[in-house]
Amino acid sequence: MEAVTGTAFVVATILKTIVFFIILLLGVALSTYMERKVAGFMQDRSGPNRVGPLGLLQVMADGLKFILKEEVTPGTAHKKFFILAPALALFPATVLFGVIPLGSPLPTPWGRVDMIVADVPIGFLYVLAIASLAVYGVVMAGWSSNSKYSFLGGLRGSAQMISYEIGLAMSLVPVLMLAGNVEMPVLVSMQQSFSAGPATYGMWFVLPLMLSGFFLLVSGLAETNRVPFDLPEAEAEIVGGYHTEYSSMKFGMFFLGEYFHLITTGALISVFFLGGWDIPFWQGDNIRVLADGTVIGDPTWWKTLLTLVAFTMKTTFFVVFFMFIRWTIPRFRYDQLMDLGWKVFIPALMAYIMLMAIAIFALDTAGVPVGLGFSAALFGLNVVLMLIFLFVLDRGRLVQGATARTRVVPGVAAATVSEGD
Amino acid sequence: MPGEVRIVDRPESESSYIRAISKGLGITFKHFMHADKPTQQYPDEKWELGPRWRGTHRMAVHEDGRAKCVGCGLCPTVCPVNCIKLIPAEDENGERYAAVYEIDEFRCIFCGFCQEVCPVEAIHLGVHYENAEYSRERWVYDLARLCENDHPVTALWDPADPSSE
Repeated sequence: MEAVTGTAFVVATILKTIVFFIILLLGVALSTYMERKVAGFMQDRSGPNRVGPLGLLQVMADGLKFILKEEVTPGTAHKKFFILAPALALFPATVLFGVIPLGSPLPTPWGRVDMIVADVPIGFLYVLAIASLAVYGVVMAGWSSNSKYSFLGGLRGSAQMISYEIGLAMSLVPVLMLAGNVEMPVLVSMQQSFSAGPATYGMWFVLPLMLSGFFLLVSGLAETNRVPFDLPEAEAEIVGGYHTEYSSMKFGMFFLGEYFHLITTGALISVFFLGGWDIPFWQGDNIRVLADGTVIGDPTWWKTLLTLVAFTMKTTFFVVFFMFIRWTIPRFRYDQLMDLGWKVFIPALMAYIMLMAIAIFALDTAGVPVGLGFSAALFGLNVVLMLIFLFVLDRGRLVQGATARTRVVPGVAAATVSEGD
Repeated sequence: MPGEVRIVDRPESESSYIRAISKGLGITFKHFMHADKPTQQYPDEKWELGPRWRGTHRMAVHEDGRAKCVGCGLCPTVCPVNCIKLIPAEDENGERYAAVYEIDEFRCIFCGFCQEVCPVEAIHLGVHYENAEYSRERWVYDLARLCENDHPVTALWDPADPSSE
């Protein structure tokens, strides 16, 4: 079936933009509610339950409160950037959502509508480019507030986000090597299996590239500035961090930006490692559009709906997982955070990329055809690598304090004592 | 003077990071699935107050609706925080009554001395606690309001164990 063209394309794109944006907004609203519920349940509380049924209208109440509160702009703040910063905090996560394929193509009387707002041929690079913009919101907010706490928070945030940006980008390199393409819909279809057309890997990339997925998960956490990487905000040290001086809806934008990021990160991990909108163990939903426009598979409206649900569930899984992490793990110390990023993740990722490149090249040279066998071999290798990595990381030495690591304290004789002394 | 720095060389089972995280996630997940929450849904479910709960005052009334207070002045005297204002008066039959009787519940410490000291068992503390108001003036209960209160009165001792305080 041909893709929609002309007026139908414009109408379809506008409709998709509106619908997806509303879905994203609803998701954000629900995830703020969910965060409080999850936190409540974990601490044996009920969470919000007074406003509306099950407290669902709490979101509305919060939004209303944000809007009605007094908006203060500090007299010494740099006005232009002070106003621009919250917008910039929200913007990258929102536009990132535009290149994420949310479901299988929808057949309409006017032609095929792909369930992606902008099917840009450089989808993957777009993701990296836009994701790195997120740091500007933090830096700008920190600097333009003209407050020492905001400034320190902004500095911390920028250093952290830039450090983990590298980890984020590098953890996606193995995906590219395996998929051989940067188009997001192709990345999804490479994780499905087809009877016709170019060969695919037939399993979610989380299996053949397990370690990569782990790195992306952690870097994604760091990118969203969430616990255990929420160093930009530290009540004890720097008050609220980069948004100390913000009030009313401007603060609300930073707050919502975190949840936008949360959902987008979850969606991205789903696309790269959990097969996007693919429904597991069912071949009926495996639909793809080849570069020349031929459609393999049988697109129907109910399949689109089912795949949308599948994608939502995967994203929700990650969102809830991030919430679990937030309410479980205490935060890193700043030097540990930097150590983990620069001394553990980047060297490990370099080694991993090299190993995967060698493995893929070796498998290619050995004549293993692209398919289940190929990915199964990589899966085996990854299980081994994952175990080794976790074993090394688990020793606890890598994120230990500077004093304990060097074991030499100036002016004091180095002493190593065991617990029993 | 430089202090002694003790560097504790912990065993791997204690310094492990991944294992600690997994354990922590397990604990939070257990609590997440655990449906039994101790939360009391306050406005919907209320406290079961004990019979000796000392709360909002209540004035006992005669059958014809008059307050039982005879204006003896013992309660303002015994009140440790001076929250009772009493102006006694005498009617044409020579019976004393309280012309003005006000209790500032904001000032009251709910010690219960007024109830203990009252010779005619007129003023009581009550088994009641929800007395939020929009203004401080409303917290000063006059005689009419004290008489209107109909919550159970505080028991001065446990009927099951009268010898204890």
